[in-house]
Amino acid sequence: MSTAESTLSNPPVIRITPPSNWWAIPVRELWDYRELLYFFVWRDIKIRYKQTAVGAAWAVLQPFLTMVIFSLFFGVLAHIPSQGLPYPIFYYSALLPWMYFAGSLQNATNTIVDNQRVITKVYFPRLDLPISAVLSGLVDFAISFLMFAAMMAYYHVRPTLAILWMPAFLLMALLAALGVGLWLSALNAIYRDVRYVIPFLIQFWLFASPVVYPSSLVAAKWPKWQWLYALNPMVGVIEGFRWSLAGQGKPPGELVMVSSGVVLVLVVSGLAYFQKMETTVADVV
Amino acid sequence: MSQTNGAVIEVRGLGKKYRVGEREPYKALRDIVTRALRAPFRRTQKTEQDTLWAVRDISLDVQQGEVVGLIGRNGAGKTTLLKLLSRITRPTTGHAEIRGRVGSLLEVGTGFHPELTGRENIFLSGAILGMSRQEIRRKFDAIVDFAGVERFIDTPLKHYSSGMQMRLAFAIAAHLEPEILLVDEVLAVGDLEFQKKCLGKMQEVSESGRTIVFVSHQMNQIRRLCRRAYWLEGGQIEEEGPANQVVGKYEAKLSWSASSTVREAGRAGVKARFLSWRICDSASGLPNVLASTGRVRVEFELALNIPLRIGHHGIGIYNTDRQLLWGTAMDNLELSPGTYFFAHELPDLPLRPGPYTWRVSLYDEHGYLDSWDCIPEMLVTTEPVTHQKDEWAGVLNIPDTFSIVSKVEQAAASILP
Repeated sequence: MSTAESTLSNPPVIRITPPSNWWAIPVRELWDYRELLYFFVWRDIKIRYKQTAVGAAWAVLQPFLTMVIFSLFFGVLAHIPSQGLPYPIFYYSALLPWMYFAGSLQNATNTIVDNQRVITKVYFPRLDLPISAVLSGLVDFAISFLMFAAMMAYYHVRPTLAILWMPAFLLMALLAALGVGLWLSALNAIYRDVRYVIPFLIQFWLFASPVVYPSSLVAAKWPKWQWLYALNPMVGVIEGFRWSLAGQGKPPGELVMVSSGVVLVLVVSGLAYFQKMETTVADVV
Repeated sequence: MSQTNGAVIEVRGLGKKYRVGEREPYKALRDIVTRALRAPFRRTQKTEQDTLWAVRDISLDVQQGEVVGLIGRNGAGKTTLLKLLSRITRPTTGHAEIRGRVGSLLEVGTGFHPELTGRENIFLSGAILGMSRQEIRRKFDAIVDFAGVERFIDTPLKHYSSGMQMRLAFAIAAHLEPEILLVDEVLAVGDLEFQKKCLGKMQEVSESGRTIVFVSHQMNQIRRLCRRAYWLEGGQIEEEGPANQVVGKYEAKLSWSASSTVREAGRAGVKARFLSWRICDSASGLPNVLASTGRVRVEFELALNIPLRIGHHGIGIYNTDRQLLWGTAMDNLELSPGTYFFAHELPDLPLRPGPYTWRVSLYDEHGYLDSWDCIPEMLVTTEPVTHQKDEWAGVLNIPDTFSIVSKVEQAAASILP
């Protein structure tokens, strides 16, 4: 009771009004609900590998097996140039951010629909849901990154100081996934067929990104259209990862600049669209 | 209801309009595309007919520490109003102001995940319902104890029986301590004993000075917990006032419109049948609503198709727990075929407000002829004059005049002329 009384002397006032036409990011509220965000992330991580045979090993197996396939077919058979890196290192260093991006995108897209019961029964800033979806993927990323460290040691690839840039590229991947995820989760809440588009979108996006080939291949073939290529934010992210992890070649400065700009646009527009959708989501979902 | 009051919930002209289509679960992109292809230049028409005001122009005030009930039929807008107040959905018109931390309880077990253990679910659901991690940690033992699930606390929830899940869910809800609690029909679950436990907890919460807005279809819960009630009808406030009065009027309307007052005639060849019942000269104007104290005359209409010999007529009155409150019988009735009114006149019927059922029966020398649990129920809407607390109020509603007299004075008074 004493706590109730003391807070009552200065109670928070909640104003309930019809949705207005402008939007604002509820920074204050996100901060007030930070513990809930923590619990959403915690829940996503906890249940992801419950009742699976190998558990968290999936976080390693998926990129590892994909790397093996890519190395065999695109590398050994198709002789795609790998910037002088061993194929496993070449592919795994790209799969690290790619798998994180693809997984986060998928989780973020479904998060509103998956949590519709909670959304229609209790209030919290809905932004917590896509944010937690992209945050919880970081654990998988960390696990698969350990695998990469082991591979580096095995292939005697020594990291350079460029590896210090890696967190920045990871942040870029996170924001890219969040930006697109905000758009798609809001759209998916209204148009339920969005979720069927996702697998196709991810596959398409994979080949539009320099995962199985180096972006220098694109630059050599279509030098004039490189700026268009860089509009895909994952181009900057993946080239950035390869450069910072394997430490070969020049830093992909221009690509990263363009991609960063695109990420910014995606996040800002995604937030705007998401906030607009938020006012009606409980009626629609 | 002045403007500058100490209301913690202040609602002014609140309204929520749904497009009727919006209530359908979701749209498919496919439909939009095909519609656009078929009629590319026509905008989707939004006529006023496609809209539904789930809540319309509602204004109300709830004071600090009040327990207020919301009653009304399904679709009357009770849940929508709670959803507006808890910010789950936004209003179309009007505004509301809430002063204090709000907790809403629109279902039990919000956020439960079957793969997580009981312990994990307590933290998850608690956090979703608005508790801090520290708060949950502090109340953890009490929650587990209330739910009675100590042994299974580290077992995944999917292995719990539905009863256990429900108990755990309610235990979490019961330990919410927001300043303002919005509750929707969640006490109606579980076995009777657990319901009583929950009701007790609610009473405790309300006595600790918290503000509660409470939706229920169980009118006795409203009577027990709430001082004041709002009756919603078609999204608007139909009636507002002391809970007992509002509930009484609502029940009267409900029982009246829900059932035909005349019993069906029954199969051909039936020997005797009770057809209807009524309170004579009912002060409420409704023949099944007892709104006054004092002398009561109740009549039961009987169609008799055979001559009655050595007839036996029984009458009793039951409460909702099917407990017999009073009964009597007449013997050796002799009647020729015809339609009769069996009238019972009582000097008083001092029952606590609520629904009751009359039961009448008729036998002859060969045995059973007819019995009837009278429909509609009788609703008693007199002023309650009993103990405030339910468990001390009993079944009778008798006014008591209390005085204290010293024994010496009484003795003296008896001697003096």
